[in-house]
Amino acid sequence: MNLKKINFGNYGLIITFIVICIFISIMTPKFLLPQNIRNIMIQVSINALIATGMSFVILTGGIDIGVGSVAALAGIVVTAICKGFPETSIFFYIIIGLLVSLIVGVLCGGFNALVITKFNVHPFIATLGMLSIARGFAFVYTGSKPVFGLPDSFGWVGQGYIGPIPVLVLIMVIVLFLAHIFLDKTVLGRYIYAVGSNEEVAELNGINVKKIKFLVYILSGILSSLAGVCLASKLISGQPAAATGYELTAIAIVVMGGISMTGGKGKIWNTIMGLLTIGVINNGMSLMRVSSYWQTIVMGFIIVAAVSIDQYKVKKS
Amino acid sequence: MTNSFLVEIENISKSFPGVQALDSVSLNIYSGEVHVLIGENGAGKSTLIKILAGVYQKDIGIVKFKGKSVDFQTPRQAMKEGISVIHQELSLIPDLTVANNIFLGREKARGQFLDNNYMVDKAKEILESLELNIDPNIKVESLNTAQKQMVEIARSISWGSSMVIMDEPTSSLSEKEVKSLFNIILKLKKENVGIVYISHRLKEIPEIGDRVTVLRDGKIVKTLPVKETHEKKLISLMVGREIKDYYHFKTQQKKEKIDKILEVTNLTSEPYFRNISFYLGKGEILGIAGLMGAGRTELLRAIFGIDQFQKGEILLKNHKTRFNHPDKAIGNKIGFITEDRREQGLLLDKSIVENISLPIIKFRANRGFIDKDWEKKVSSKFKEKLRIRTPSIYTTVKSLSGGNQQKVIIARWLAAESDILLLDEPTRGIDVNAKAEIYALMNDFVNAGGSILMVSSELPEILGVAHRIIVMRKGELSGILSRDEATEEKVMHLAALK
Repeated sequence: MNLKKINFGNYGLIITFIVICIFISIMTPKFLLPQNIRNIMIQVSINALIATGMSFVILTGGIDIGVGSVAALAGIVVTAICKGFPETSIFFYIIIGLLVSLIVGVLCGGFNALVITKFNVHPFIATLGMLSIARGFAFVYTGSKPVFGLPDSFGWVGQGYIGPIPVLVLIMVIVLFLAHIFLDKTVLGRYIYAVGSNEEVAELNGINVKKIKFLVYILSGILSSLAGVCLASKLISGQPAAATGYELTAIAIVVMGGISMTGGKGKIWNTIMGLLTIGVINNGMSLMRVSSYWQTIVMGFIIVAAVSIDQYKVKKS
Repeated sequence: MTNSFLVEIENISKSFPGVQALDSVSLNIYSGEVHVLIGENGAGKSTLIKILAGVYQKDIGIVKFKGKSVDFQTPRQAMKEGISVIHQELSLIPDLTVANNIFLGREKARGQFLDNNYMVDKAKEILESLELNIDPNIKVESLNTAQKQMVEIARSISWGSSMVIMDEPTSSLSEKEVKSLFNIILKLKKENVGIVYISHRLKEIPEIGDRVTVLRDGKIVKTLPVKETHEKKLISLMVGREIKDYYHFKTQQKKEKIDKILEVTNLTSEPYFRNISFYLGKGEILGIAGLMGAGRTELLRAIFGIDQFQKGEILLKNHKTRFNHPDKAIGNKIGFITEDRREQGLLLDKSIVENISLPIIKFRANRGFIDKDWEKKVSSKFKEKLRIRTPSIYTTVKSLSGGNQQKVIIARWLAAESDILLLDEPTRGIDVNAKAEIYALMNDFVNAGGSILMVSSELPEILGVAHRIIVMRKGELSGILSRDEATEEKVMHLAALK
């Protein structure tokens, strides 16, 4: 019986997705062109990285709303460093990009986790602090001016292709695949579910709950930073105001996909479905020339609706 | 007892997807009677009272309350009409005062402001009428479980309830607290309140009940006056067959000298317990008796490394140990079965497999990857061995009965190959069949060389199962009894008076 319920949930998601696709393709024939589908994939790829980190955090029952700011900060740091090395290879930029993602991610995520576990601050408030802190650093560091003057080769990750596949899409696929393996097959992945399901039970069964929280906030930090680096590469500049509102999109993706806000329930498969659905909705609205302000309004309604459905499911079970 | 029916239930049925929870049930309840409902888990007791209380709605049938046909849509409606429920999980708000809790949902107001003076006076009146010595001004969080229950009862009286449903009210009470609950029930009877009383403790039925109804598989087996029945008969009605004297189940007696596997000296963790010294032998079941709040659970938690102790020493297999996290205790082959299995024992929305393997997956992992074959194998093995009744090992534990849930937790620690099990009220809220099975498992475990430290508030259980009994009173060790010298009277004496 339980199995049926889960299946129905998944079908529900797929049906919603298909209905939305049919609706948009009727409204605008451009939607199904291969070029547009590739655009959608590129558009969602940066959000996908953040949403993956967000999935880990939400699975433990937490939330990370500082992701957009952390991404912006990482974008600033990587462009500021790379600007000093204009005559090097793409490979060098990639190494710098990964190092920056790692360092900024560990620092910001570690700080979040410290505040949450050590001082018992609610994750919403702790990461709300980070939202302001990281963004503030991005502006202070640049004197609120964008970082320009990078060579075109810096843009390879954000704009380049390997064969027919955009690099960004490749990164997204790798990250989602690794995240799936991590959650489904490893002990730490299992612990993430246990913590989200019931912290006390997890602790009594020998799981170091604080350590798991450090892990998820740091992973969220690293993936947000990686997203910020990719975004900087795509724009070939560091924008202190970049990735504003990305936390909203990431949360929308995760809950739309059906990962429960109360923690412990959901798979990367859900994140992928949420990603595609949100990506298609956004793309459809752009094709239909809905203004970006209206898109923001729609996104807000989607979050509220998705969480309401989640709450309804929680109550029913 | 008057002769008017307070509640008349005629042929009600209720089904959930896949289950016929109630099948054409008819039952009458008089004003001023204590009507005991018994039955195994899943027999339909909870569904029945939830329909009476407006939580569920019946599919078909008639419910008459005070002669009038009713169909409550919400618990609030039922309460307004005069039916209230004292749930197993208490529904008080810890941050509010006793008086505010009693008036929760229908606060007395003067204009837009709460009339606290009125509520406190009125609450005091009600508490006094129940001869309860509870200050209406203190916060509920500072009360013990028994007192909270009394506050719930006071609340239902303040609603002017003419029927009170009590769902296993004694399951978390000590023997002494049970007495005071029974006094209150007698008072309610005198005021012509009808009481529906659900219990797993068959022993208390003759003491408090007037009539008893036995439910099995959603049907009523029989309703009969308590005077005309006895424990064994009730058990056979509940399970549909005779089962052997489960309360008088005896673990095999130990011979001569035993090796000490765990030795505790002067263990102190203020304000919970102090200067506790005892040893646990290999192959022994050591019972810890005492009243609620005697510090027994806290003692287990300190040994397991959940809470830190201030003074004293723990020797495990002759090595001094002090665990700063349950992780370490588990690594040293100790398992802990908590008193509250839903909140502290199980990941309710996870599968049996995940619940069994939880503490040990990391020891069995291959470079951080879960050994799913092993996990499946070990779960299947213990599902068979402990006869866990479930459609599949991938079923979520939430959908299992209490007894089967407890078996999953036992399976967990058997799979972990524990040497020592710390058990806290291992059979609370479990039906008689499953109880007997769990005692048998404990017996097998110690016969295979394991050791058990068991906290229990059920005297027959502790007297029947433990080889030796230590008794705690207000955080202190008040005595150690061998099985031969232990009697209910002696244990109670050490636990309560001394």
